Amino acid sequence: MKKILLSLAALLVVLAAAAAIAWPREEFIPSSGPAAWASTPANIARGAYLARAGDCVACHTARGGPEYAGGRALDTPFGRLFGPNLTPDPHTGIGLWSADDFWNALHNGKSRDGRLLYPAFPYTHYTKLARADSDALFAYFRSLAPQRRPNRAHALDFPYDRQALLALWRLLYFKPAVFEAQAARGAEWNRGAYLVEGLGHCGACHSTRNRLGATGETLSGGLMPVGGWYAPSLVASGEAGLGDWEREHIVALLQTGVSPRGSATGPMAEVVARSLQHLDRGDLDAMAAYLQALPPAAPRPAASGERASEAVLNEGRRLYRSFCVDCHGADGQGKPPAYPPLAGNRALSLTPAVNAIRMVLHGGFPPGTAGNPRPYGMPPYGHELDDAQVAALLSYVRDSWGNAAPPVAAPEVNRYRSVPLD
Amino acid sequence: MSRRRTLFTVLGLCMGALQAAPQGAAGAQVPDTLSQRLLACTACHARVDARGNPVNDAYFPHIAGKPAGYLYNQLRNFREGRRQYPLMTYLVDHLPDAYLREIAGHFAAQPPAAHSVDAGAAAASPQLLAQGRRLVMHGDPARKLPACIACHGQRLTGVAPDIPGLLGLPRDYVNAQFGAWRNKARRAHAPDCMAQIAARLSFEDVNAVSHWLAAQPLPADPRPADAIARPLPLACGSAPEQP
Repeated sequence: MKKILLSLAALLVVLAAAAAIAWPREEFIPSSGPAAWASTPANIARGAYLARAGDCVACHTARGGPEYAGGRALDTPFGRLFGPNLTPDPHTGIGLWSADDFWNALHNGKSRDGRLLYPAFPYTHYTKLARADSDALFAYFRSLAPQRRPNRAHALDFPYDRQALLALWRLLYFKPAVFEAQAARGAEWNRGAYLVEGLGHCGACHSTRNRLGATGETLSGGLMPVGGWYAPSLVASGEAGLGDWEREHIVALLQTGVSPRGSATGPMAEVVARSLQHLDRGDLDAMAAYLQALPPAAPRPAASGERASEAVLNEGRRLYRSFCVDCHGADGQGKPPAYPPLAGNRALSLTPAVNAIRMVLHGGFPPGTAGNPRPYGMPPYGHELDDAQVAALLSYVRDSWGNAAPPVAAPEVNRYRSVPLD
Repeated sequence: MSRRRTLFTVLGLCMGALQAAPQGAAGAQVPDTLSQRLLACTACHARVDARGNPVNDAYFPHIAGKPAGYLYNQLRNFREGRRQYPLMTYLVDHLPDAYLREIAGHFAAQPPAAHSVDAGAAAASPQLLAQGRRLVMHGDPARKLPACIACHGQRLTGVAPDIPGLLGLPRDYVNAQFGAWRNKARRAHAPDCMAQIAARLSFEDVNAVSHWLAAQPLPADPRPADAIARPLPLACGSAPEQP
């Protein structure tokens, strides 16, 4: 009897494995016809716009190199990958690719030669793209001047460089599927969802990744594993949830990089500069509508109530009056949009505190955009203040004007002294 | 430290007050001036101590009064990875070219920083200083080394708009730039004339040149020259024949 049960169990396991393996991890949706990817001005213009929305240029351009010719290194916990050449060079780019090959890469995460692509290329998001949009993107990339620039092989650690392991990862974490509109939610919401969850691939940064690098579905915030910035939760009101923002302020932040409530800095400055500032007002409104409608996360349990000592707070106050008060005000109200408020500034009060630490150490400019072409900059203070001083200063501002975030410790400041760069 | 900070703040406000009247772009409270926008730059590049002496200027060189085209090229070099200093790249990464030109023009129009002769350099051995002077004034034709003055100007104050002056720079900074060019950590627009020159200079040459330069006072008129005899001895992408 036991033998029969064991055999049955083994059979079930084999059947389950076979089903899992046979479960489709790619699907083919034909193009509507050659007119969809023909090199017409209309297709090319639409493709150019979609490429902006997808921020393709950011990963597929080396610093100082020709656009879309590849070469930018992306560091991950699994090793280093290099963005390939998307120009239509026949030897080193996508010059020999067909529209179907291009669709296969975006939708199914497979290269023209059948190799599985690494999800550092966020096809887990781009899979949502409609075939027509993929064709327009293809028309655009084919219209670029070919750049002869061979792709660099990825430098992935063993065993992440094995295609078999990648196939297993895809079994667990990837299912190709075009975005399905929900008619009841209206056109604007659906457009926003299509952009945020698809080309925008916001979740690639704004979600927590598990140990195998897969993101969850929600936009609940995540620490960027290499380089150390925290992409805040877009669903938690205590982080970057937009539920209580005015629509105008959201659009201003995404389109110009500054708003009355805060500025885009760090990696988000790049997103605004290279992608979002180029989008139509209607599309930005749609993204804002979608983000505002996300179900808010359950409120986090109240902070431990840990506060810095009086000595630390006094030191922080003294430093604030020396270095910060001229721009950010004795009342922490700032002078937006040039100098954001610190009172009620959620980015300042995040846990982990890495973003606030980096702001003080490195300073920076919000991106120069059409709506804010000559930004006001914040000086770097990393050369002027030591770890204990930065910690005291941040502990003070995180404890003032209604802010109630935990203090920052000197060793944490020290971790972020080097400027992260590709 | 707070006294130094006060001095710096006062200097910054004075610079702001000297600019045009605010136009209210950022609200009436924030001066609508480049000086105000660029406090992020002057925090390092115009830092002075309580006695008005520059602080850390070997690492954060003074930029006031340098030619506008040269400053613009350096901002582009940091943004595009031809010069390596992550904080600079971080600061300029998403600023448009037009703004970079404005920034360069703003600092080019400032009076050059006051400079006192490096006493240590001036006290070096006469042979070392003579070797430095020879290279600067005459170069070394045998090694195809043009004189520095052939490009950087007879008075070594540079040439508008693209060629920087060589006086008033800390000796450490000069040494570091030659080293960076040799190691390809610093590159300029192709053809990279300074890379060729740095490759032909020995360490002893660089030492002699940087000593001699640091021992020179600034001339009464420290501004860059308007022009220099063309063509330059080396083709130079940063200072092309036809701008």
